[in-house]
Amino acid sequence: MQEFLESFMSSGPLVVFVFSIIPLKIILVYALFAIWLERKVAGHMQDRLGPMETGGWHGWAQTIADLLKMIQKEDIVPAKADRFLFKMAPFIAFAASYGAFVAIPLSSGYIGSMIDVGVFYIVAITSLLSVSIIMAGWASNNKWSLLGAMRTAAQTVSYEVPTVVTILSVIIVTGTLNLMEVTEMQSGNGFLGFLPNWIIFHSPFMILAFFLFFIAALAESHRVPFDLPESESELVGGYQTEYSGMRWGLFMLTEYADMLLLSLVGATLFFGGWNSPFGSFMDGPLWGAFWMLLKGMVLVFVMMWLRWTLPRLRVDQLMNLCWKYLIPLSFVNLVLIAFWEMIFK
Amino acid sequence: MATLKEKSPEVTVTPPVSAGNGLKTQEMVVNMGPQHPSTHGVLRVQLTLDGEIVVSAVPHIGYLHRCFEKHCEAMNDYNKVVPYVDRMDYVAAMNNEHGYALAMERMMGIEVNDRVEHIRVIMAELQRIASHLLAVGTFGLDIGAFTPFLHCFIEREKILDIFEKASGARLLYNYIWIGGLMNDVPADFKKDTTDFIASFRPQIKELNDLLSHNKIFVDRTANVGVLPDKVAINYGVSGPSLRGSGVKWDLRRDDPYSIYDKFDFDVIVGEGKMGTLGDCWDRYIVRVWEMEESLKIIEQALDSMPDEGDVHESIPKKVRPPAGEIYCRTETPRGELGYYIISDKSTSPYRVKARAPSFVNLSVLPAISVGAMVADMVAIIGSVDIVLGEVDR
Repeated sequence: MQEFLESFMSSGPLVVFVFSIIPLKIILVYALFAIWLERKVAGHMQDRLGPMETGGWHGWAQTIADLLKMIQKEDIVPAKADRFLFKMAPFIAFAASYGAFVAIPLSSGYIGSMIDVGVFYIVAITSLLSVSIIMAGWASNNKWSLLGAMRTAAQTVSYEVPTVVTILSVIIVTGTLNLMEVTEMQSGNGFLGFLPNWIIFHSPFMILAFFLFFIAALAESHRVPFDLPESESELVGGYQTEYSGMRWGLFMLTEYADMLLLSLVGATLFFGGWNSPFGSFMDGPLWGAFWMLLKGMVLVFVMMWLRWTLPRLRVDQLMNLCWKYLIPLSFVNLVLIAFWEMIFK
Repeated sequence: MATLKEKSPEVTVTPPVSAGNGLKTQEMVVNMGPQHPSTHGVLRVQLTLDGEIVVSAVPHIGYLHRCFEKHCEAMNDYNKVVPYVDRMDYVAAMNNEHGYALAMERMMGIEVNDRVEHIRVIMAELQRIASHLLAVGTFGLDIGAFTPFLHCFIEREKILDIFEKASGARLLYNYIWIGGLMNDVPADFKKDTTDFIASFRPQIKELNDLLSHNKIFVDRTANVGVLPDKVAINYGVSGPSLRGSGVKWDLRRDDPYSIYDKFDFDVIVGEGKMGTLGDCWDRYIVRVWEMEESLKIIEQALDSMPDEGDVHESIPKKVRPPAGEIYCRTETPRGELGYYIISDKSTSPYRVKARAPSFVNLSVLPAISVGAMVADMVAIIGSVDIVLGEVDR
């Protein structure tokens, strides 16, 4: 795609610029859509309709209206807050999740950067998110925020272990960390004659690996039942308590961007990324982007579904689940997948 | 000479303790409320925290104080007190009115006819269901489950519709008067109530599937905030919070008032099915099954309700009780609501004191929350089910 852009744009920096803001556009449009969708999903699950008025058709413009409202709001910084850290935190949070999109192959024709350590890079840069949340919680000078931030630190650090181990078990199969190559390996419909060559069908343990990955991803993106950092009924708003206006909006955007990011990583690692499920039918760079986003959105929808169904875990139960179940299981699974590879390859 | 305004007591926090690795730890004092999403109104709980563990919890009340007693004395009319009792436990106004009307009728020796008694019981039980729906719904919300809360509210709305048809109001009804009712129920009252019962029964099952037996919900509420029966009795806890600890005490059965002795219903008690007896889950599940029992009472009352009878028949022209005093207690959704009324033979009460169950139940909070986590605090407050309007009055 870079060559394609270069063919009709002469200046190099412009090409790089256009090239690099594509994920940003996708995130923004997606966030507007996903927040609206979340409301509709919540509404219909609760026997309501959700937004119906703004914009006419099923309140499609509700998020845009909210965004406009949020931009106009006063930007309040608490008097005793650490102003610099307080103002920086939302930007770092968003930068962390935006930066990770660079290694995701959105279609066969687009990947931000063909880095060889793709997955590793994503895992590393998303860790910045917990730094920004601790910054936000501590700089707010509010005890509820601090409690939320401390929970986040514990949660993110713990759940990174099962995430990385499950990713590692996929890497055993693929033999590469580059997500573009991981996706290319999953092309074709050879499995059992008709099923696509997705990694999730590779072995029974892969299905377990996916579930472990998905649970850990839920915790990493702080979604229910693991939304302890901002658990509104306990910690008022957690690390977001003192934020208002667009700074709060950025945290919100980050949450949704993170959901998409982890869903896309999941789709790439387990569900064939931009590959069409019908072999060469509906295949190609544009269809690839469609399939990629569709697979991502399905996982995002599952996250919403869980959010409006389940209660929230307590912080010690969260740690129990991670250290007593997810981590041992994911390690055992890793070993089993390694054996499977040795025997059947 | 003492100063007019006493200095507020200093908050005592233990000095920093060395954790042994060069770091020092210190307890933290946090105000939970009055602006906190899960304190069910304007309760302030002063928490001393060791990390996330609660070292002590001190409830501070008075943010919703509206001088109930003084208002009653100044109303110059016993009838005008009824709207004020509505505003105590504002999610169970019918039960408050019922208790007050009973107390006044006993004081004045008024007998009301059977139709009035039946309508009162049906209204009180419908209100009990509505109040329990709110309690279990918001309890789920405190634990983080949003959806059951709205499902509960849909059902509650149906009850409020029935009340609206009868009294014209949806929250504070002023419907049960001394010696009768504001007006008779509308013609389709029986049909509306029967329809509600038919549609509500399956919803209890759904609530159990969605929330009560949810693994996460059980984990969050079982073995949390355990209230042993002896402690509960010592603190004077009543209502579902007491029955959650396994004490079979229900004024409708043990000290029957109105016509409750005619009906056949069970007193639900906690069994410690999911954990320790008297934990948050027990208190929660008692409320869920009490709704079923209330449905039973309503069905029986609908069957035996006479079609004839003037609801204004025994309303006194002028309420002027003989000099004396009375204590009359009833079972509201939150426990024993007692009215202590003193009359000096004038048209104005000398004193109306309410023994509010929420107030007494709240007093047990410091005893059961030590050692819990911050998230458990929310569950404990939710499971004791207080209404701040009644705590502060």
